[in-house]
This record gives sequence, structure tokens and C-alpha cells, in this order.
Amino acid sequence: MPELPTAHPEGVAPPGRAALSPGRTGRHGRLAWLGLAPFFAFVAAFMLLPAASILVESFRDASGGFTLGNFADLTRADILNSYLVTIEVSAATAALGGLLGFLIAYAITLGGLPPALRSVVTSFSGVASNFAGVPLAFAFVSTLGRAGLVTAFLRSAFGIELYDSGFNLYSFWGLTLTYTYFQIPLMVLVIEPALEGMREEWREAAESLGASAWQYWAKVGVPVLLPSILAALILLFGNAFGAYATAYALTGGLLNLVPILIGAQIRGNVLHDAQLGYALALGMVIVMAVTVIAYSWLQRLSSRWAR
Amino acid sequence: MRDGAVARRAFSWLWLGIGLAYFFLPLFATFLFSLRGRKGGPSFVAYAHVLADPLFLKSFGFSLGMSACTVLLGLALVVPTAIWMNLKVPKARGVVEVIALMPFVIPPIILAFGLIRTYSKPPFALVSSPVLLVAGYVVVAFPYIYKSVDAGLRAMDLRLLAEAAQSLGAGWPATLFEVVLPNLRTALLSALFLTFATVIGELTLAVLLAWPAFGPYMALVGRNLAYEPAALAVMSFCMTWGAIALIGAAGRGGSRRGGAAPGGERSETGGGRGAGLGGAH
Repeated sequence: MPELPTAHPEGVAPPGRAALSPGRTGRHGRLAWLGLAPFFAFVAAFMLLPAASILVESFRDASGGFTLGNFADLTRADILNSYLVTIEVSAATAALGGLLGFLIAYAITLGGLPPALRSVVTSFSGVASNFAGVPLAFAFVSTLGRAGLVTAFLRSAFGIELYDSGFNLYSFWGLTLTYTYFQIPLMVLVIEPALEGMREEWREAAESLGASAWQYWAKVGVPVLLPSILAALILLFGNAFGAYATAYALTGGLLNLVPILIGAQIRGNVLHDAQLGYALALGMVIVMAVTVIAYSWLQRLSSRWAR
Repeated sequence: MRDGAVARRAFSWLWLGIGLAYFFLPLFATFLFSLRGRKGGPSFVAYAHVLADPLFLKSFGFSLGMSACTVLLGLALVVPTAIWMNLKVPKARGVVEVIALMPFVIPPIILAFGLIRTYSKPPFALVSSPVLLVAGYVVVAFPYIYKSVDAGLRAMDLRLLAEAAQSLGAGWPATLFEVVLPNLRTALLSALFLTFATVIGELTLAVLLAWPAFGPYMALVGRNLAYEPAALAVMSFCMTWGAIALIGAAGRGGSRRGGAAPGGERSETGGGRGAGLGGAH
């Protein structure tokens, strides 16, 4: 990373620091960057370069020449459809997980519950948001699969045949419910700090002016929290959009999610249509990039209130 | 006012209850399901089947080894970098932080694709070497390792410690190994367990780079058997839970600075982990 030192020319070190280690941070500032070289080299080799190679490849045709044809492929009906399905699943889980996660985060912050509950729920959220991938898929097969416990319970207790009513664990709603399992706790973790920042005085002020709880939330609470909520929802969306393992493990996947298609392209090894794989991956990179940009923009917006 | 508070609390309990149900019901169902291995009553026969499968031990051992390599390489990269950055190049913090969190937004499938693409032909034909898998895992684990180490470094006055050590005549190695690292013990342990929990069941990189790891093994079992997958899920959940509990224990045991520090540090790493868009997904 030779350009980094010049990109960050030696600036004025804060006086306190300069006094503590004289001559180190200032004069040899550029040399000091060299100490970070192994880290940057590793990151460049195993993260930035691979990611960039996807970008480059998606502009190439099979013989290596420049083309925009792979983008045209993105509008093919089957590919477009898989993007649509992936976006639908991601949006549905972001909405469902976001709503439930928000309400739970509200309950443990402003909801008047015993304060001890909060750290318990936060710890649980840390675990649950990582209970994803293969084991999560198995858990939902055991719960909502054809022989699953809840499926059997609904049959014996209410005479409801879940699978006759159109539900299938391997289709839209099944996948959505499964993803929601790790989306809810992620929402709790992400939105909790914002909810905690809500001042009790704001509510008191609103109440003393005669506002109902409903009015308080509509006129004060939601507007203040909106950037944080949107940022969190976008994060959840990206989280679901990139998920591969959970979908992979719910085999017999009836849904052609984008990550599954990319995986199939890679694993096919023959790569019938290698460039198609790159185009799919590029589409995914674009979605993630938009997600990140929107997220950081909203984060900055929401920090206005966090004083 | 009073009515409002009561209603609010009832509302809170209601949603907390729904959330807990969503969390526990699938776990409970999985556990019951895993006991169905034999007709005519609950039994642990599914667990016995899993444990008796030589592939189970083999793949688990493989992933354990990969986790160990990932932890070693990851710490070797992150710890010196973070210490050096804090002492000498504080200006680099922004860049390093962004890089360390980037794996959260790069889906593992894209990372795997890029790694295969970049390292499948000379001069860097690494695709069939475990080095590439470990490198990928280090990238996936970066955010967890960095967050833990950074939290640990922030909790101590690194500059003061380093200068005190050096004014007493310690060289850099002694400063690092006898002063800084012992103070980082909790952070290092938390990085270790988080990495372990992430890597042990990882599927995407292992499948796409074609390694006989534990994640692909679980997926294979899920395709072929009925109750054994549930047993595996229960075991895997217990392992994750155990790793998290060990972090907590390390936080309590490792700190000699009273009660506040470990709790704060633990919740910070916990949050980082959670906010991590999970490499495991």
C-alpha cells in the first residue's frame, strides 16, 4: 500500500501525544505506516483483490475482451426473477424482523421492564443472531417441516393441515420465517442504542402539553428514530440478501435465490456460463454497495439527535 | 399517567414474550425432534448415531484445526497492527476500522468467488491449499478479532504502559509479551472463542473451496437423515452457547480491576458480534 502514506501526509499530532513520544509520531510518521504493512498486504491479497476481481471479470466476455453484455444478461427473465425473489425475501424478513426486533428493543429499554432483563435479552440476541446457517435450517425443519413439531401440533390440536394450506418451509414464507430468526436479534442489537437515546423529558414534555402516547410516537418518537430505523432495516436487508448457508441447507430449495445461483455456478466447476456467474455476483455487489452507502448516510443523519 | 405506565409495561411483556417464544420454540422443537430417533419413546439414539459416525469426528477435527490456524493467523495480524496503530499511527484508525468491518458487508459467497477466481491459476494457485481457506476465514473473522482486541486496548492506557515499561528498561519484545499481552488476556480469549464459534460451523467457504469441514458435513447429514440433523443442531447450538459462556467466564476471571470493566468489555464484544452480519449466514 505505497499510496497510503502520501494519502495521509504527516499532519499535526495533538500536542499531548507529541509530547509523550517525541519524534515518533511526527517526524517518522510515514515510516510508522510501514508497521501496518503486513495487515494491509493481507487485506489487499485476500479481501480487496478478490472482491475487485469480481468487478473486473463482470466487464469481460469469455475470451477476456471488454463487454457490457453481462449486464444485459442481468435482465434475462430467469435472472431477473431470482433477483426479485431474493429482494422479496430480504425485504419481508427485514420488515418482519425489524418490527419484532424494534418492539422487543422498546420493551427492554423504554418499556418499564426490570432493568436486569436488558442485558439478558442483549446477550441472547448476540447468540441468536449468530444461530444461523445449517443448524438454523435444521431447527426450522424440526419445527415447521412436514414432520415438524408445530406442524404436527397444529394438526392434532386444531385440525389444521399447514402444508395443505399452501405453506412450505422451502418456499417464500418458510424461508422468510427462518431468516427472521436471526433478523429479530440483529434488529434488537442495532436499534437498542437509538431507543436508549430517547429522552424521557421529550415524552414528559409531550404529555404535559396534552399529547396522547399515540401522538407522542407519531409526532416525536418516530420522526426522531426514523433514520436509525431505516438504517437498521437496510442493514437487515443486506444481511438477508447475502445469506447463503441457511438457504443452502434448506435443500430442495424451491427458490432460486441469487446466492444459491452464484454458488451453483461456482460449484458447477465446469462453469457452463462463467460470465453469468460474474454478472450475478456483480449485481449482488451493487445491491450491497447501495445498502452500505444508504446505511452510512442514514447513520450520519441519525447522529444529529445523538448529542 | 399511572394507567399509561401499566399499559406500557403490559405491552412490553407481551412483545418480549413473543420474542422469547420465537427464540425458544424452534430450539425446543429441535430438541424434542432429536429425541425421536427410536420408535416408542424418547431416546438419545440420534446423538449416538452422530457420535459414532467417523465422518463426524473427522470433519469436526478438520474444522477445529482450521479454527486454530485462523485464530493464530488472525491474532498475529491484528494484535501487532492494533498496538502499533494505537502507539505510532493513530491517524490510521479510521482506515483500519473500515477495513476490519468490511467483511460484514462482503457476503461470504462473493468472497469465496473472488478467492477462487484470484487464486485458481498461476502464479498463485492456492485454490486447493488449506492456506486459502484459512485466509478466507481470517477475513471472515476480522471484525470479531478486531473488535475484541480494540476493546481490550481501549480498556488500558497502552501508551502509558508501554512508556512505563520502556522507562524501566524493557525492550519491545518484553513490553509486548510481559506487559501488553497479559493485559489483553480477556480480549484475546474473547477473540478466540468468537472466531471458534464462527469458523467451526462455517459452510460457504468450505463448500465452495471443497473442504471436508464440519459445516458441509452437517448439510450432508441434513440431506440424508431425519433425526440426526436435529441432534447436530442441538450440539452445535450448545457449542456456540458454550463459547459465549466461556467469553463471559474469561471476562470475569481475567479482570483484576473490579466488576465494571469485564461487564463493559463483554457487552461491547457481544454487541460487535451481534452487529456482525454473521459470517455464518
